Amino acid sequence: MDPSSQPDPASNALVNTFFNWDLIAQTFPRLITEGLLNTLTIAAGAIVVGIVIALLAALLLLSHRWWIRLPARLYVDIFRGLPVIITVMLVGVGLPAAGIRPFGTEPFGYAILAIGIISGAYTAEIFRSGIQSVDPGQLQAARSLGLSYLKAMRLVVVPQGIRRVLPAMAGQFVKDIKESSLVYLLGLAAGQRELYFIAQEEVARTYNSSPLIAAGLCYLCLTIPLTYVVNHLDKRLREGPKGGNPPAVADADVPPTPVSATAGVQA
Amino acid sequence: MTAMTKAPATPAALRVTGLSKSYGSHTVLRDITIDVRAGETLCLIGPSGSGKSTLLKCLNLLETPDSGEIWLGETCLTAARADVDAARARIGMVFQHFNLFPHMSVERNVTLALTAVKGMDREQARQRALRRLAEVGLAAFADRRPAQLSGGQQQRVAIARALAMEPEVMLFDEATSALDPELVKDVLAVMRDLASAGMTMAVVTHEMGFAREAADRVAFMCDGRLAEIDTPDRIFERADHPRLRQFLSQVL
Repeated sequence: MDPSSQPDPASNALVNTFFNWDLIAQTFPRLITEGLLNTLTIAAGAIVVGIVIALLAALLLLSHRWWIRLPARLYVDIFRGLPVIITVMLVGVGLPAAGIRPFGTEPFGYAILAIGIISGAYTAEIFRSGIQSVDPGQLQAARSLGLSYLKAMRLVVVPQGIRRVLPAMAGQFVKDIKESSLVYLLGLAAGQRELYFIAQEEVARTYNSSPLIAAGLCYLCLTIPLTYVVNHLDKRLREGPKGGNPPAVADADVPPTPVSATAGVQA
Repeated sequence: MTAMTKAPATPAALRVTGLSKSYGSHTVLRDITIDVRAGETLCLIGPSGSGKSTLLKCLNLLETPDSGEIWLGETCLTAARADVDAARARIGMVFQHFNLFPHMSVERNVTLALTAVKGMDREQARQRALRRLAEVGLAAFADRRPAQLSGGQQQRVAIARALAMEPEVMLFDEATSALDPELVKDVLAVMRDLASAGMTMAVVTHEMGFAREAADRVAFMCDGRLAEIDTPDRIFERADHPRLRQFLSQVL
């Protein structure tokens, strides 16, 4: 027999270890019905927690007073500088061990809090750079109309700043989804398991890595479309909705009608 | 800044006394005393860097003066406990670069402060916004975004936005300087109409034609000082201040 017609045992093992379709097909139902929802819950929770912390921290970082900036600066530097795994363990294992149990013995809550805290540190810097990129004339115009500093920031400056950093935020959301897998370290009850946990259980049971490929495909199904959706949103916000009015040409000014004598005169 | 207990004897719409302002060691305004009388149009002219825009921004405290007093009617804006936000709502301001809010429709640009500062309901604010936009010829553009308008249209929206607050005084900070020449006339027309309607206005401008025709008084500033203040006739025809003569010979 021609030896070349025999399948190479090494490549066979490689394909079997990573692409055992039977195992992948066997893992998918649990990934979809249980893991996907739990991963999304942890990631969405962490994103919301992160955004709330980040907005507050960004406003503090923008202060002219060093003692207001200091706590926000420490928070950002510490949680951007620590390995994610250390923060997850400190929050998920350390807090309950120290008797601080806002979520009881539920690892879900601690996972959301830990990943939210890390996300907030990164997002705070994203927000700060976005807000700082807004023309100072916007704040001046809002203040000149009588808006307080906080109202002017909330209604005029912050919405513009956040719109400018949507692509960077998409990157952060993707990171949050991926980091939700670290909840694995905290141990989860049946029904709470997210994508990585389920895949890892199958790997331990079968000594085969194919379930990890299945979980990886699920992560990619979340992360890649998310990036495109946010980029599309960013493009729409920049260019305006399709079918909107075309920009007015410079010489198309409608001649103004005379301003009435009642135009705000209280002389 | 010291808080006076009594308003000055002669009421003016806006009164400034002894106003000074420095950035570090650079003095921008030196002991300025000036008033804007009710119903008058006061034009501030002068070379670049003479301090006229800074003076205008001090009038509604967008810049904080180092010393001196600013009175809006009977209210001392520089008093320690002055409600600056409430005072600003009584003073309209139009900026060189329009500073419209790009993420809002033209109409929302005008209604924002009506709802957020004056507490009007959205429908009432909308009606007022549409009236003001109609006065500057832009009611049909209420649903557009500022970026969809030409520079002249944007500046007229900015004027409508300020007027909607029914201010006692309007401040114009080089309102036509950023516009293409063919768009300047429509904005100046709106400003002329306002002046002849009796609005109290302080106008920083390089448009000498406007200052000559529309102003009741013209103030000439140089090196952070108020060098000359008089009627347009006297400023433009019988200028005796050497720096004013030099300035006019360059711009006219």
